[in-house]
Amino acid sequence: MSKSAMEGMKVKLHDMSLRDGMHAKREQISVDMMVQIARGLDAAKVPYMQVTHGAGLGGNSIQHGRALASNAEYISAVADVVENSVISVLLIPGLGTMAELKEAYDCGARSVHVATHCTEADTSPQHIAFARELGMDTSGFLMMSHLNSAKGLTEQALLMESYGANTVYVTDSAGAMLGHEVTEAISMMRDALKPETEIGFHGHHNLGLGVSNSIAAIGAGATRIDASLAGLGAGAGNAPIEVLSAVCDRMGIDTGSDTFALMDLAEDVVVPFMDHVVRADREALTLGYAGVYSTFLLPAKRAAQRFGLPARDILVELGRKKMIGGQEDMIQDTAMTMAREREAAAG
Amino acid sequence: MRKIKCALIGSGNIGTDLMYKLLRSEVLEPVWMVGIDPESEGLKRAAEKGLKTTHEGIDGLLPHVEADNIEIAFDATSAYVHAANSAKLNELGVLMVDLTPAAIGPLCVPPVNLADLAGDRPMNVNMISCAGQATIPMVAAVSQVQPVDYAEIIASLSSKSVGPGTRANLDEFTYTTSSALEKLGGAKKGKALAIINPAEPPLIMRNTVYCEVEGTPDQDAITASVHAMIKEVQRYVPGYKLVNGPDFDGNRVAIFLEVAGLGDFLPTYAGNLDVMTAAAARTAEMFAERILDGSFVLPKPEMA
Repeated sequence: MSKSAMEGMKVKLHDMSLRDGMHAKREQISVDMMVQIARGLDAAKVPYMQVTHGAGLGGNSIQHGRALASNAEYISAVADVVENSVISVLLIPGLGTMAELKEAYDCGARSVHVATHCTEADTSPQHIAFARELGMDTSGFLMMSHLNSAKGLTEQALLMESYGANTVYVTDSAGAMLGHEVTEAISMMRDALKPETEIGFHGHHNLGLGVSNSIAAIGAGATRIDASLAGLGAGAGNAPIEVLSAVCDRMGIDTGSDTFALMDLAEDVVVPFMDHVVRADREALTLGYAGVYSTFLLPAKRAAQRFGLPARDILVELGRKKMIGGQEDMIQDTAMTMAREREAAAG
Repeated sequence: MRKIKCALIGSGNIGTDLMYKLLRSEVLEPVWMVGIDPESEGLKRAAEKGLKTTHEGIDGLLPHVEADNIEIAFDATSAYVHAANSAKLNELGVLMVDLTPAAIGPLCVPPVNLADLAGDRPMNVNMISCAGQATIPMVAAVSQVQPVDYAEIIASLSSKSVGPGTRANLDEFTYTTSSALEKLGGAKKGKALAIINPAEPPLIMRNTVYCEVEGTPDQDAITASVHAMIKEVQRYVPGYKLVNGPDFDGNRVAIFLEVAGLGDFLPTYAGNLDVMTAAAARTAEMFAERILDGSFVLPKPEMA
């Protein structure tokens, strides 16, 4: 194998199959299935795995779909069987609350992504401080990062660091970022943040760049990378963890994880249980192309069917209207308005 | 005609917008604006409009309450300091209208329960939250037709219209609004979600209301009830509008609303300010009318 400039770097993988993957399964992953996948990830020495409803704590709702079990049930069941991996949760202020974070902690969660839109970090101080008070590994998670500049992201990252976050993420929720944009944002953050503050990257594969953007992030100083088995996640999925792990092996980047075990888990367990092949199909590609929140994919397809519109048209319109993560209600609203306008135009 | 003199506590977005509403009132007269930052935009605007101002917080106001005959105060600070503010002013015989999520007094959404509150003579009423004011009338409109097992609301606010107090305390917003969907909206269970969108130009406030009703929805009756309630809200928030729905999907009713403001302080996109301040002003006016006609006598403070 040829050497790479990144040889010897250490990176921690953070699996998203049991959180972002919930979106790709319409929140319908059973507790038993979660336990089976979690055992596999633990055995493959993945250091962190996220376990909640796709929208995180407080996610069970009409807006975000109702899961088969409560977050407390999922987290407790996984915590019972996992020996080495740290269990994490997602918390989006405005949806999840500190009471729910405490409950997740009591069930065994020890790490949290506190997520805000990439310009609204100042909605997270309470939650980040509380997570640190609980002694949790705490990441600030700047969603839809493609909508902010490198300088803007750095300012937001500094805010989250000041609230107590020990890691700050560039979160490409729309799978819309290009490699040089990832490099620029993370390099600038790396220069500005304290040396002990880690930087993370969370990619989506809508433009097929999930793995390469993650590598670009590592090259710029990121030490935590979110990924999921066979890419199981919203839109065209996350960076496939088995592919990322293999590439890291080839480049001499130390993930500490077992690539073959991840390949087996992806192929034998996760792929057969997918409802649809998670790939950059026409609509998922549109998400990356138009910069739309990846989770909008399946609700937009449902609205397309109900209101007789192409899903791609709805997604492009949502992008034009600058809708962000959490505004899933605006998918049906937009589809209803478009259907009415088209009917009027057709006379 | 005599007007009831009022103090505004809090010189941020909400306090400032409310001042403009009160300046137009036929029964209320804003006399004091209280802040904590001498450089605040709200205090400057208040001084320009002829209000007395202090940047020394509530304690800067207290010595003047009696001399200036303040009878109603509005608190637009934060849930953390509201209880103390309210206690200090109640002691001086001042009725408190609470625009923070503290909710220590009875909750009020004017078209839903203002008439009921009149007889209770509370010394503190709570206005819940902007999202609560925008959505509870719709939940109540559905509840009036048939039982609501679950109500969920999503409020989308433009980033520029959400001040630092709200940002730093989103959990209080969530708890207070969720609980009010039950207490005033009539839902057995309520859940509130807030989204802050930074798009430029800023997006107008949007609210989506989902209700899951017991049994099959009576579509005609619910639609009529929703339209009637929208007219009620429009009496004090003219920019309150139904965009789509009510849409029926199984036992789920979906109502998509937009709230444009009057542009008093922030531009019209910030309907979240108006729906809150207009509701507070309307609530205070009802009490003012009753103070003026003698049917509500505020307790006289005990002299030390």
